[in-house]
Amino acid sequence: MPIQILMPALSPTMTEGKLARWLKGEGDQIRSGDVIAEIETDKATMEMEAVDEGTLGKILIAGGTDGVAVNTPIALLLSDGEDREALAGAMEGPLSKSAPVGAKAPQTPAQPAPAPAAGAASAPAEKVYAKTVRQTVREALRDAMAEEMRSDPDVFLMGEEVAQYQGAYKVSQGLLDEFGPKRVIDTPITEMGFAGLGTGAAYAGLKPIVEFMTFNFAMQAIDQIINSAAKTLYMGGGQLPVPIVFRGPNGAASRVAAQHSQCYASWYAHCPGLKVVAPYSAADAKGLLKAAIRDPNPVVMLENELLYGQSFEVPDDPDFIVPIGKAKIERSGGSVTITAFSRMVHVALEAAAALAKEGIEAEVINLRTIRPLDVDTIVESVKRTNRIVTLEEGWPFAGIGAEISAVVQERAFDWLDAPVTRVTGKDVPMPYAANLERLALPQVDEVVAAVKAVCYL
Amino acid sequence: MAIARRRARSGAPALTNEDLVSFYKDMLLIRRFEEKAGQLYGMGLIAGFCHLYIGQEAVVVGMQAAIASEDSVITSYRDHGHMLACGMDPKGVMAELTGRSGGYSKGKGGSMHMFSREKRFFGGHGIVGAQVPLGTGLAFAHKYREDGGICVCYLGDGAINQGQVYESFNMASLWKLPVIYVIENNKYAMGTSIERASAGTELCRRGAAYDIPGKQVDGMDVLAVKAAGDAAVAQVRTGEGPFILEMKTYRYRGHSMSDPAKYRTKEEVAKMREQHDPIDKMSKKLIEDGVLNEEQLKNIDREVKAIVGEAADFAQTSPEPDPSELWTDVLMEA
Repeated sequence: MPIQILMPALSPTMTEGKLARWLKGEGDQIRSGDVIAEIETDKATMEMEAVDEGTLGKILIAGGTDGVAVNTPIALLLSDGEDREALAGAMEGPLSKSAPVGAKAPQTPAQPAPAPAAGAASAPAEKVYAKTVRQTVREALRDAMAEEMRSDPDVFLMGEEVAQYQGAYKVSQGLLDEFGPKRVIDTPITEMGFAGLGTGAAYAGLKPIVEFMTFNFAMQAIDQIINSAAKTLYMGGGQLPVPIVFRGPNGAASRVAAQHSQCYASWYAHCPGLKVVAPYSAADAKGLLKAAIRDPNPVVMLENELLYGQSFEVPDDPDFIVPIGKAKIERSGGSVTITAFSRMVHVALEAAAALAKEGIEAEVINLRTIRPLDVDTIVESVKRTNRIVTLEEGWPFAGIGAEISAVVQERAFDWLDAPVTRVTGKDVPMPYAANLERLALPQVDEVVAAVKAVCYL
Repeated sequence: MAIARRRARSGAPALTNEDLVSFYKDMLLIRRFEEKAGQLYGMGLIAGFCHLYIGQEAVVVGMQAAIASEDSVITSYRDHGHMLACGMDPKGVMAELTGRSGGYSKGKGGSMHMFSREKRFFGGHGIVGAQVPLGTGLAFAHKYREDGGICVCYLGDGAINQGQVYESFNMASLWKLPVIYVIENNKYAMGTSIERASAGTELCRRGAAYDIPGKQVDGMDVLAVKAAGDAAVAQVRTGEGPFILEMKTYRYRGHSMSDPAKYRTKEEVAKMREQHDPIDKMSKKLIEDGVLNEEQLKNIDREVKAIVGEAADFAQTSPEPDPSELWTDVLMEA
């Protein structure tokens, strides 16, 4: 029985990739460890090595094919002694049982239907841009940095792998070519050092963008972010502004376990002197990053790796910006308010779509900025819906939901028809096992259940 | 009077008698200022942490004389001397110590947190070692802007064991940043002597793994400091990368006002004061070289005392910050 060679997952979040080219041809002898093909993911081009030995019997997916899903059979390998006759029945068999099901990244979320325009309640007036382009979050972030770097020579980018490698997650792709090594700077793995160095450069009036490969690693640098960046304006009686952006992916990616899967929204949002933004869409990402770079204060931008490859419509306008401190009503509805940020906006929208089928119209607020929180938008929504469910990936204790709960009872106590209810990540370090990880993260059905509970259904 | 000792960036001309007099005056101002601060602390007018620089004056006065007005300076929390040496107004510094609105930070920063963009003094940092990456970043900005400036980044023998110091050494050497790390080795990290805290007490060698040259200097001798500073500044300005100067110095007082300093003997302190005091050394030299006579020295003493007295008066009469200041300066208007 020939062995099926499957499209490999080359990163924790990869769902599909391009089979760039074959380095072995049909009939070639293959030994384990031989490089047999090149695979392009959305982040990098990687070599695929053979695991088993034999003769490459048949290539099923030609070199140059785009969008090959992980675990698709791409070739058949004949063991020693097998001849080509064996190939005939090979494709009829089941997929290799050894295919690691758990390694498969979560399904790429489909774009939820946009909010119905008719009957929309008083969504905050946001400038409407006539022309849009479809972009991934990754491209939007890159464009935001490139545009700001073109217009302001004091803006520069530093971080691990941002330059020659083109970004660990390819967010900074092309920036080195355009701006050169003076302004796109590869750092050693030295988070506390370069966070402090960037902050010192900001003291001198430069406008650094400090990229953390992920915010998990920024925990090594948090003293510089809080003590040296956030507090300096106040400690100096207003003398020394610190115009710096700390950005990178935050929260759970996929199957990277406890030390690499953590939401820092509550940590940073706790601190006066910082602004904290968490984009969901590509438009959020571009508009907020441009606003963050222009802001004279330290801004922490919490991105999400799983969103980097997602595409959205982005206003095609050189003046497009998303003001820091303004939430966005992604979907209007009168039955219940759901607040969410970053990737959880998608979960909220899916829950809202499911609830709509049962006649429950949820209003979904994409917070976009965590600090300063757009309390007005939340409170006005609650005054219309009389119910609120907060959704976040982070832990419950002293989380963003806890803060929203406090604010809502302070500002809209008399309008509430049900207790403020939180849906959060579970109060445990992130487990590795696929089933446990899923249990640890907020799921659509939990949001649906929480909404039904506050609606007494 | 504020000290304004920084020169134009034109190498290091031979010292004049005026230079020697100004070194004396500057060191004495720091000494008297700190003594007054200690006194006001005792009276309850200054509170919290207050780290006095008494004994170490030659380090900052000698170094400041070696740099130019466009260069940047950053240090830790034992910072009063650095601020005076940068030319900041003693009244504003003392009023910050008393937490008054006339202080450099409007009373919101205190002893450890003051800044002056005008004098290119970037703090005043309370977390041991945190100023080292920050100072490296100031040097980065000088290089980025190609303005020819350098950063003098002060740290102590306690900070030298922080990991972020070596992260900074690595980047500074890798990118050839114009920074001088001045290690003020006063032998005690709070109560822990250098021998008890450091494997290898030759701190000037701590940059060896990063190819950063280092030099040990008698930090109790302002002329030795100035000479070493001149040489280091000249080298760093050529773009060859960072330099380390280890200043062997001594603080006469405790780590902070609340430290009884029982970890060292009275004799040890007395010996340093009697045999190595940088101010005594300079006053003797001025007399011996015939630069000043006793009467002229006394006049300087009187002048300095008056400046410090004025600063102390201002610090006690300047009003407390308005309660509305609680809410200002958290964020800049975007």
